[in-house]
Amino acid sequence: MPLPRPLLQVKNIRCQYDERTAVDDVSFELQQGTLACLLGPSGCGKTTMLRAIAGFQHLQQGEIWLDGQCVSREDYTLRPEQRQLGMVFQDHALFPHMTVGQNVACGLGDLSKKARNSQVLSMLERVGLSSEMARFPHELSGGQQQRVALARSLAPRPRLLLMDEPFSNLDVELRERLGLEVRDLLKDTGTTCILVTHDQQDAFTFGQMVGVMSQGTIAQWDSAYNVYHEPNSRFVADFIGQGVFLSGEVLDDERVQTELAILHGKVPKGCGVGSKVQVLVRPDDIIHNDDSKLTARIVARNFRGSSYLYTLELESGVQLLSMVHSHHDHKLGEQLGIEIELDHLVVFPDIA
Amino acid sequence: MDKAIPAPRRRLSRFNNAQRTDFWQIATLLFALLALLPLLAITYLAFFPEENIWPHLISTSLPKYVLNTLLLMIGVGVSIFLTGVSTAYTVTHFEFPLRRYLEWLLLLPLAVPAYVVAYLYTDLLEFAGPVQSALRSLFGWELARDYWFPNIRSLGGGIMVMGLVLYPYVYLLARAAFLEQSPNLLEASRLLGQGPFKTFVRVSLPIARPAIAIGVALGLMETLNDFGTVDFFAIKTLTAGLYDVWLGMGNVGGAAQIALTMLTFVLLLLALEYFGRRRQGFYQSGARFSHRRRLQLTGAFKWLALLICLTPVVLGFILPLLMLVNYSIIYFDIAWTRRFEEYALNSLLLSCTAAIIAVGLALVIAYGRRLHPNKLMLFASRFASLGYAVPGAVLAVGVIIPFAAFDNGVDALAREFLGFSTGLLLSGSLVAVIFAYVVRFMAVSIGAIEASFTKVSPSIDMAARTLGHRPRWVLGRFHLPLIKGGVLTALLVVFVDSMKELPATLILRPFNFETLATHVYQIASEERIGESALGALVIVLVGLLPVIILSRSIDRSAAMRQ
Repeated sequence: MPLPRPLLQVKNIRCQYDERTAVDDVSFELQQGTLACLLGPSGCGKTTMLRAIAGFQHLQQGEIWLDGQCVSREDYTLRPEQRQLGMVFQDHALFPHMTVGQNVACGLGDLSKKARNSQVLSMLERVGLSSEMARFPHELSGGQQQRVALARSLAPRPRLLLMDEPFSNLDVELRERLGLEVRDLLKDTGTTCILVTHDQQDAFTFGQMVGVMSQGTIAQWDSAYNVYHEPNSRFVADFIGQGVFLSGEVLDDERVQTELAILHGKVPKGCGVGSKVQVLVRPDDIIHNDDSKLTARIVARNFRGSSYLYTLELESGVQLLSMVHSHHDHKLGEQLGIEIELDHLVVFPDIA
Repeated sequence: MDKAIPAPRRRLSRFNNAQRTDFWQIATLLFALLALLPLLAITYLAFFPEENIWPHLISTSLPKYVLNTLLLMIGVGVSIFLTGVSTAYTVTHFEFPLRRYLEWLLLLPLAVPAYVVAYLYTDLLEFAGPVQSALRSLFGWELARDYWFPNIRSLGGGIMVMGLVLYPYVYLLARAAFLEQSPNLLEASRLLGQGPFKTFVRVSLPIARPAIAIGVALGLMETLNDFGTVDFFAIKTLTAGLYDVWLGMGNVGGAAQIALTMLTFVLLLLALEYFGRRRQGFYQSGARFSHRRRLQLTGAFKWLALLICLTPVVLGFILPLLMLVNYSIIYFDIAWTRRFEEYALNSLLLSCTAAIIAVGLALVIAYGRRLHPNKLMLFASRFASLGYAVPGAVLAVGVIIPFAAFDNGVDALAREFLGFSTGLLLSGSLVAVIFAYVVRFMAVSIGAIEASFTKVSPSIDMAARTLGHRPRWVLGRFHLPLIKGGVLTALLVVFVDSMKELPATLILRPFNFETLATHVYQIASEERIGESALGALVIVLVGLLPVIILSRSIDRSAAMRQ
C-alpha cells in the first residue's frame, strides 16, 4: 500500500531578507499526525522556516504544499488567515485585553455562540484551566499562559500546529513537564505539529522526527534516536549531545584502529582502507571500570547530581569525556580505569 | 484533485519582500507622496518661476535674510545648548532643594509659543514698560538718551526669547542621555584621577553629544519655523523675507526661492539630527541605572544649583504666565467678545479635524510598515514624517502652489465645458490649512503610534492572523485596544500643535477667518498686548496638556528608578 499523501510538503524553498539568505533550498515532508521538531542554533533559519509555512514569509524559490494545496510559491503566498494553521509563540502572545475565554474563542468566529462556548470550555478543560476562563492573561503564571495559548491555537482544529520555542520562557522543571503534557495532548487530538527550538532536550522530549538545521539548510532529517546516535555530519555530531573525536585509521569496512582499541561497526563507503578518520565518542561510550588495564588521568570533573562528567586525558594528550555514576567519586589527577563500549560507530573522514 | 491556484500576482519591486500590493502599502505610498507634494512644488517653482527674481534677490535682500537667519540660529543654538545641558546635568547629578519638582518644571516653557513671550517681554522691557520706568524713577533719568538700555526688539531680543522657550528640547534629550550613562563610567573616570568638572567635559558630555545634537537640531527647526517673534521684533530673517516677497510684493516665485533657501537650512538640521540619531545607538545603552547617587550639595553650591534651574523656569514660564493671567483679568471685558468665542471655536474645530486626520493617516502608515517591514515602506514613512522639519511658512507656500494649480485647472475645464467658473476651490479654503497642519504634524503622530506599536509583540499579529483574522481586523480588534495610549497622545499633541500654529495659518486661512493664534498675533502686532493676553493664555493652558503628559512619564521613570 502506498503511503498516504503527506500533510505538508516543503519543496526546495529559499527565503531571503534583502541580501541575506535565511533559508536555502530546504525540503522535507510531514505525514498526518507526526510531531516534528526543527532544532538548530540561533540564526540558523528555523524561525524563518516556520514563518514561511505560516505564510508570513514569502518564498524566493520553491513551493509549500499543505494538504494537497499549494499555499506558497515564488509568486504567490496564501494569506496566513486562510491557511487554517495554529501557532504558539515563545512569548505566548495572548491578547492582554481579553479574558482567557475570549482569547480561546478568538479563532472560532464562524461558529454559533453556543458551539463556540462549548468548544472554548472543552479546550480549556483539556489543558486543565476551565476554572480560569474569566481571568485575564496577566493574572496567570507563565505555564498557565502557555497552556491557554495552546488551547487557543487548537480550538479551531488547525490542520497543522506550529510552535516557536514554546517552552523557552519557562523554568527547567516546568518546561519538561509541560513538554510531555503537550506531546500527549497533541497525540490524543491527532494534531500534526512542527516545533522549533534551540534546545535539544525539548527536541528529544517532543519530536518523533527531528530536523537539525544549520545556516539555512537542514543538515539531517531523522528520528531523534538516529540524530543522536547516527549523526550524518560533523556539524550534527558536534551540535547534538556531547562527545569528542578520536583519530583513527580504517582497517577494513568494519574496523577502525584508534589508540584506545580497535572499534567495530559499519565504516561508511567514503572512507577507504588505510584512510585517516575521526570517530565520534560520546560520554556514555566510555565506561568506568576499575579492573580495566586502560587508564586515563582525570583533568576536570563536573558534578551533575546523578553522575559525574569527567574529562580524561590519555598519555598521548588526547582528551575524552566520560559519564560516571556519581557514587564513584574520584579525585582530580587520579588515573581512572576505563573501557570503550561503542554501539554505533560514527566515522567521518579526517579532513585535516 | 489539487485545488485551483489563484492567479499569480505581479511583483511590485525588488525592494518589496512582500510581493503583494495591498491597500496598506498603496495607501502608505500615497500619503508619503502627498506629504512630499509641497516640497516638490517649491523646488519646481523655485527653479522654473514665472518671473526670475533670483538675480534681484541675491543682489538685494537675500544676503541680509540669510545672515540674520544664521545669526539668529547660532545665537539660539548656543543659548539652548548652554541652558539645556547645564540644567539637565544639574538635575541628574546633584541633590538640592526643589530638585524633584524642577525636573519636570523645566519642561513647562515648551507650552509657551515664542511669539507670546516676545509680546510680553516687549511690554515689560520697552521704554514705557515697568522695568525702565522703575529704573528711571530710581535714578532720576528722564529721557531715553539719559541712559543705555538694550532694545528688546532686536536680534539679541529674538535670541533671548526663543532661547527661553526652546531650551527644553535640549534639556529633555540631554537629561535622558545623562540618566542612561552608567554611574560606573563616571566613577571609573574619577578613579583615573579626573576631577568632577573634567569628568563632565571629557566623559559625560561627549557621550551625551549625539542626544544634545538632536535636541539642538529640533530647537533650531522651531527657530526657523518662527514667524511671530521675528515679525514683531522686525528681524529680517528668511521667514520675514518670505512674507515680504509674497504678501508684500505678491511674488510667488520669489517666495518659493526663499523657501528653497530655507529648505537648505532644514537639510543641514536634518543631517545634524540624523547623525545624532545614528551615533546615539553606539553611545547609549538604553538602560536606566537604579543605583544612581546624586551628590548632595551644601552651602552656596546648593543655592547656585537652584538658581541655575529656577531661572529658565521663571523667565520662560512663570513670569509670562503671571503676566498673562494678570492682563487677562484686567482686560477680560474687552477681550472676551462674541468674536473671541468664534475664534476659539474655529481653533478647536480646525485643530480637532487636523488631529483626527493626522492620527488616522499615521495609523495606516504605521500599520502598513508593520505589515510590510521593508525598505520601501521605511522610506515612505520617513518621507511622510518630513513635515516637522519644514517651517510653516515654507510649507504654506508649498501647499498653495499645487492647490492654486489645481483650482486653475478645474476652473479652466469648467469654463470650457460647463460654461461657468468654479473659482477657487481649495486654495484659500480650510482644506489648505488642514492639509498643512496634517503634513507638518504627521511626524509626532507617526512617532507616538509607532512607539506604542513597538510595544506590541509581532507574535500578537501572527497569533491573530493564524486564528483567521484579516489584517484590518487585527488592527481594529487587537491593536487599537493595546495602542490606545499612543493614539490618544498623538491626537492631543497634534491638536495642541495645530492650535499654536501661526505662520502657515496666517498665509493659508480664508479671508476674514481667524483662529486664536492669528487673533493674538493680529492684536498684539497693533501693540494691544493686554487685550491679546486672554487668547494667549488659552493657547498656553491648552499647550500645557502634552507637557504634563511628558512630565508625568518623567515622574514615572523616576519612580521606577527608586
